[in-house]
Amino acid sequence: MDQMASIRQTFFQECEEQLQALEEGLMEMDGGDHSSEVVNSVFRAVHSIKGGAGAFKLSELVEFAHAFETVLDEIRSGKLSASHDITKLLLKSADQLSDLVATCRDGASINPASYRQLLDELKQANGSSAGQAEDENWDDIDFTPMTIDIGTPVDADPGQSFQIYFKPSTGAVQAGNEPILILRSLLELGQTVVSCEFSDLPPLAELKVDEALLGFNISLRTERGLAAVRECFEFVEDSCVVRIEEPGATPTPEAGNVTVTAPVALETPTELPPMPKFAEAIAAKAEAAAAEPVVLTAIEGGKADAQQQKQDKSASSASATIRVELDRVDRLINLVGELVINQAILAQSVGQVITSGASDVNSGLEELERLTRDIQDSVMAIRAQPVKSLFQRMGRIVREVADATGKIVRLRTEGETTEVDKTVIESLADPLTHMIRNAVDHGLETTEDRLRAGKSEEGTVRLSAAHQSGRVVITVADDGGGINRAKVLETARRKGLVPSGAQLSETEIDNLLFLPGFSTAAEVSSISGRGVGMDVVRRSIQALGGRISISSKPGSGTVFTLSLPLTLAVLDGVVVSVADDVFIVPLTSVVETLQPEVNNILPLGQGHSALRIREWIVPLIDVGMALGARKTPIDPANSVAILVDTEDRSRCALLVDRIDDQRQVVIKSIERNYGEIPGIAAATILGNGRVAMILDVETITEGNQKSFEAPKRASAGGR
Amino acid sequence: MSLTVLTVDDSRTMRDMLRMALNAAGMLVHQAEDGVHGLEVLSTCAPDCIITDLNMPRMDGFGFIEAVRKIPQYQLLPILILTTESDAERKAKARSVGATGWITKPFEPEKLISVVRRVAS
Repeated sequence: MDQMASIRQTFFQECEEQLQALEEGLMEMDGGDHSSEVVNSVFRAVHSIKGGAGAFKLSELVEFAHAFETVLDEIRSGKLSASHDITKLLLKSADQLSDLVATCRDGASINPASYRQLLDELKQANGSSAGQAEDENWDDIDFTPMTIDIGTPVDADPGQSFQIYFKPSTGAVQAGNEPILILRSLLELGQTVVSCEFSDLPPLAELKVDEALLGFNISLRTERGLAAVRECFEFVEDSCVVRIEEPGATPTPEAGNVTVTAPVALETPTELPPMPKFAEAIAAKAEAAAAEPVVLTAIEGGKADAQQQKQDKSASSASATIRVELDRVDRLINLVGELVINQAILAQSVGQVITSGASDVNSGLEELERLTRDIQDSVMAIRAQPVKSLFQRMGRIVREVADATGKIVRLRTEGETTEVDKTVIESLADPLTHMIRNAVDHGLETTEDRLRAGKSEEGTVRLSAAHQSGRVVITVADDGGGINRAKVLETARRKGLVPSGAQLSETEIDNLLFLPGFSTAAEVSSISGRGVGMDVVRRSIQALGGRISISSKPGSGTVFTLSLPLTLAVLDGVVVSVADDVFIVPLTSVVETLQPEVNNILPLGQGHSALRIREWIVPLIDVGMALGARKTPIDPANSVAILVDTEDRSRCALLVDRIDDQRQVVIKSIERNYGEIPGIAAATILGNGRVAMILDVETITEGNQKSFEAPKRASAGGR
Repeated sequence: MSLTVLTVDDSRTMRDMLRMALNAAGMLVHQAEDGVHGLEVLSTCAPDCIITDLNMPRMDGFGFIEAVRKIPQYQLLPILILTTESDAERKAKARSVGATGWITKPFEPEKLISVVRRVAS
């Protein structure tokens, strides 16, 4: 069923949102906010998931959500206080719920044992009502169906008769229970004989039109059984007088009664006022009583309410957003990319043709450029998403690792509203998860060590995001013991990553953590180990065009800083020429450009050389040679050196023929078509229509260093 | 003439399920996301019946029913609450603010239709 499948999809999308709201609310509760608003939002999230799960007959999900919800309900009604332990249980349950949802979404079967323990804990927390929750059939049926099941012969008898007395109450009628519709629904069950009882009717002068005064005696002959009969009175049986008897005998209509056999008969007026008029009379009276202003206040009241709660992010975001498939946005971004390129081509070619006297054309072109840039920015903004969803996921990681290591950890997040391109956010999930794991597992000390160091037993991991000069900066900071530099250096020496005699600065020692094959943990822990080191983290950050740096203070903690581009779609670059080819050097890597002087070039042998720039000496890399674009090295004196910054904070000078321009370029991935090419990150199309390669500064400089370091490593015993 | 039903629920899943079931029975459906939105929609359509969730942001089902009952033309409009709760307390509260009846989640489409037909003409 297509429609059902699409609703199912909606359900799981909604589950994601609810789980996010759940996590958010629970974090607020964890932070001490137990206001009814917060508890209610948490309850609503679980409740919604349960509701949808029920519709799709996901019974395990329903069972767990129900137990979860019951605890929340207890908290909501003040019967249970949200203590630290309870909040912890709720957070764990939220994680479990998220797992169950994921399993259901993937269509896999749930192993009930996987959530049994938590379910029991929830039920236990729920204390008093635990037993009730156990046997409560939440697929609620208000009346007991047992009666008909036992009296099955009833159904076999096609001519079962019921004697029913029904006296509507004023309240029921005012709540929209129209007696005539109830009588009509009885009529649908079989043959009815209805007599009206009007003994309660006062003299006409005392009659109040909005009072329900009539009673009905109904003889019903039906094949449908008691349950069906009672169902007709489902909504009125507690507020009205309803008596249903099963004499089993065929009723004999008394003289003077109205025999109703068809709906028409019901509408046939007898000596009594017909039912519809009764209802209308109430409505008319009500209308007279409640004048127009009431309507207005009712609606305006609602609007005011809405306005007042506009700040409520969940409320306002619901109506102010639309859902668009990612593919469409990507197509739009691609098209805008083409537009930018085309605009550049046009500007260049027109510029060549018209040299003077065409100010209209030029100003038109300028306007076009401005508009194109604006469109591009706006389109990019569509893909931008707050990092909140990413940060929220980290809460769970912290809890899991804290649990596994027996540490008490609090995750604090800042700048969750900072927006970054969706792709960047997605690609950040893995490295960030690893960094958070590391921070809790290695960064923070054990509780005993913390106490001994005079710190609070609760460790803090701080995750923050902010925009900084066109990039997004994400930091992961812990208040642990800081990097044990002596140990790091010793490990690095033992593993042959550092020559034994080398003198390293503190920063250099810290950066050893990023070297492949480095791990400080004496034994690889199952938590942050997993065969992934910080080198992999750094690699994935680099792949995003980002950088990672580290700083640490003994005794007070370690800070990892990630600096990332806001988007992966465009990049500011320096356009350079190398052996008749055009390349782009990402501007973020460029420190400065200079014309090398001959006496500053230091030959190192084997075709390598270094460049002295003021107080530094940096490796000099001939880009043309490194990429195989030319066979003989370029004369450094006739070329331009671009000083670039690499990840490990070491610097390198790239030698190119000349610098042509600086511009924003649209990144076109070539990996899909050509695979990974060392030294090349991606391609772009220039204003003149030419394809230019975007240099991957990291691999070019790394490649160069490798050829330097290879013999050294071998002599140090390798890895 | 086909019945027109206004459904008020903050869950898209639930709204979609209701719409599918009601449409299949030939009924027209208007949708709202919560009580406040429900009142806005009510000012633009005249439903024969309202089905509302109880627990919703901004304005919950109880507040919504109360507000609807204050509108003269809707004083007798059948309003069904949609609830997974089985406790009589909430049903009683809903009734006290003017709800006509209830539909229990998860609902069978046939049951939903029969209830709507029973309360709305």
